Amino acid sequence: MLEVKGLRKVYRSGRREVEALRDLTFTVAEGELVCLVGPSGCGKTTLLRCIAGLLEPTSGEVTVGDKSGLAIVFQEYGRSLFPWLTVRDNVDLPLRQKKVARARRRELVAEALTAVGLDGTESAYPWQLSGGMQQRVAIARAVAYEPSILLMDEPFAAVDAQTRADLEDLVRSLWQRLGVTILFVTHDIDEAVYLGQRVLMLSASPTVVQDELAVDLPAERDQLHTRADPRFAALRTRVYAQIQAAKARTGTASGAAGELSSADR
Amino acid sequence: MTAAGAGVARVRPAGRALLGLSGLAGLLVLVELLPRAGIVSDRSLPPTSRILAALADEAATAAFWVAVGDTLTAWAIGLAVAVAAGVAVGVLIGAVPVLRAVTASTVEFLRPIPSVALIPLAVLLYGSDLGSTLLLVVYAAFWQVLVQVLYGVADVDPVAEETARSFRFTAAARIRYVLWPTALPYVFTGVRLAASVALVLAVTAELVIGAPGLGAVIAVAQTSGAIPTMYALIVVTGLIGVAINLAARRAERHFLAWHQSVRGEVAA
Amino acid sequence: MTGVLRRLLLIVGLPAALIVTWYAASANSENFYAPPLRQILAAFADTWTPERLRADVLPSLARLGAGYLLAGLIGIAAGVAIGASPRLRAAAEPVLEFFRAVPPPVLVPVIMLFAGIGNGMKVIVIVSGCVWPVLLNTVEGVRSTDSVLSDTTRAYGITGVARLRHLLLPAASPRIVAGLRQALSIAIILMVISEMFAASNGLGFTIVQFQRSFAIPEMWSGIILLGLLGFGLSELFRLAEHFALAWYHGLRDAQRRS
Repeated sequence: MLEVKGLRKVYRSGRREVEALRDLTFTVAEGELVCLVGPSGCGKTTLLRCIAGLLEPTSGEVTVGDKSGLAIVFQEYGRSLFPWLTVRDNVDLPLRQKKVARARRRELVAEALTAVGLDGTESAYPWQLSGGMQQRVAIARAVAYEPSILLMDEPFAAVDAQTRADLEDLVRSLWQRLGVTILFVTHDIDEAVYLGQRVLMLSASPTVVQDELAVDLPAERDQLHTRADPRFAALRTRVYAQIQAAKARTGTASGAAGELSSADR
Repeated sequence: MTAAGAGVARVRPAGRALLGLSGLAGLLVLVELLPRAGIVSDRSLPPTSRILAALADEAATAAFWVAVGDTLTAWAIGLAVAVAAGVAVGVLIGAVPVLRAVTASTVEFLRPIPSVALIPLAVLLYGSDLGSTLLLVVYAAFWQVLVQVLYGVADVDPVAEETARSFRFTAAARIRYVLWPTALPYVFTGVRLAASVALVLAVTAELVIGAPGLGAVIAVAQTSGAIPTMYALIVVTGLIGVAINLAARRAERHFLAWHQSVRGEVAA
Repeated sequence: MTGVLRRLLLIVGLPAALIVTWYAASANSENFYAPPLRQILAAFADTWTPERLRADVLPSLARLGAGYLLAGLIGIAAGVAIGASPRLRAAAEPVLEFFRAVPPPVLVPVIMLFAGIGNGMKVIVIVSGCVWPVLLNTVEGVRSTDSVLSDTTRAYGITGVARLRHLLLPAASPRIVAGLRQALSIAIILMVISEMFAASNGLGFTIVQFQRSFAIPEMWSGIILLGLLGFGLSELFRLAEHFALAWYHGLRDAQRRS
């Protein structure tokens, strides 16, 4: 499980200060799938980097159930896989760092690759695969790590629409089968509603949690029927309205958000 | 891989310059202290102050400036000949596909032959004259230019080439309007690489063969045991090298500002 | 079949034609400095006997190998240390630019002051000339390590030595190899030059001896041997690079196609 309490992050460059995150508090329960949406430039990535321990927050705290059990999937799949390692070794390397026994590692790697539908590509290099398949490798790597929480940073923003739908279903099925806790960051409202049990809406920068919404759609979802469900439409309308309100409310802060763009992208 | 440095710990330009200066100052202080503290003999490494004094003495003599002039002359003539020959041969080979295929293996064979292998030949042919230096400089610099031009020619966009053909451009016009503009950035890279190689070979020839120039003066200082002078002259060759590198890089950036984004650097 | 034949012809065609031309044109040469190729080839067989190779070529190659290897190790180690720290890099850059710009052969007299004229001097000369391209390229390679990849490594707890081994070194390897390639040609130059200065054996020494005693065909055979050596080493390097950087060339091709 994940607990974020009073998280604040201020970037300093010389004498200029930019407040990226103002005051964020939320929890993700064990085994939950939570989606974070917000207007672009709202500091989603800053938040994720703070949770992952890649950035030191200015104040506040982040508690992860088990710190070593945290895995992350980035948007830039092409740049987050090691181009000099095969698919198998890419998945295996974090496990070796975790000092998992060899036999168990082999098992985990094989299971993870099967789970994401990548049987038979073990000895290929990532750059020999399509973009969608590369992102599957990154997901397999995260899953094999057996994290107590899986962070996904706009993982499907750079793949085509068809592949994206497939990968969304993959995330749902992995989550249901493995019971892993997932925090999924996206700027796509439909995606957030389709995937999440709960959707957290962030304000524009400096960021606070604007609102949250429980997604009361059936657990079994599919691209065709779920998206046609009137309840789905109602939920997405609500999220959309909130995001628009967030943008309008902090219109004056957009200058500050602009200065942030290099850290946020 | 397109990459940005770790954005968090960036050093700002003013800070960079200051750090760089402190690095240089550190080197000067170190060289002053090592012999003074007796860690190395001052006959092997004289302190900075004595090297600088020797440099000042040298700079006051006409012979020093003649030597600098000789070295730069050999460098400039050698480089000019190498660039002219490299570009001419490269464009010719590049423009005729058959020629490219036939010469590839020969270029690959001749290129790695170390230019210093020609030192005995140069001595026999030209003795310790400018000719010896030029032979080595031209040989070494020529390959740098040629190889880059060949890379450049190979980089011509097939669509542009076919467009030119479809409009029935003459061969000369195709070279002028398609091949040359594509190859130009590579030519600059070749010239930049050749410029520093040419200096190395010029000084080497002077040092080993005794052709007039800074290298010969260094050899004289060494044999006569004028150690601070020798160090001072070596510093001068380094400074000339830095100046050539900086000028070449600046010229390249200046002329090719429009082109930088379009091409990737070819590792020579 | 004809394709293979055609390619073979393209590869050996021009070199063969050039050699035949040289042979024919020089057959009746009276020019003292340009003896007939026939004579040079005969001299080659007579001069470079197995004993000669062991006595003169082997020591040269051993010094070359030792110096090159040391320069590689020092260059990569220092390059990683400097490249990983922005402050250290900013402080060291002007000093490194200066040392890179010093023409390596002028270091020979300097190093003779410290290390005399033995084998040690020649190895140190090679190290001191070769270390700069390796070092500067390693710094550049480490500096430009992809930031997303770097974040990934940190998020999965890959730190310390593992980070060096699995991230920094492989990420910098294309640049390191480029530096090693530049260093190879410098190493050969310095091997020859250091032997021309002060030596009692070695290729450079022998060739200069031939030239001084006006043994012209032998001198030519030495030049040819040096050329073959340069070519052989560069082919060896290319082969090693082909295997070591297979992933990099594959990646580049994949990026170019997309």
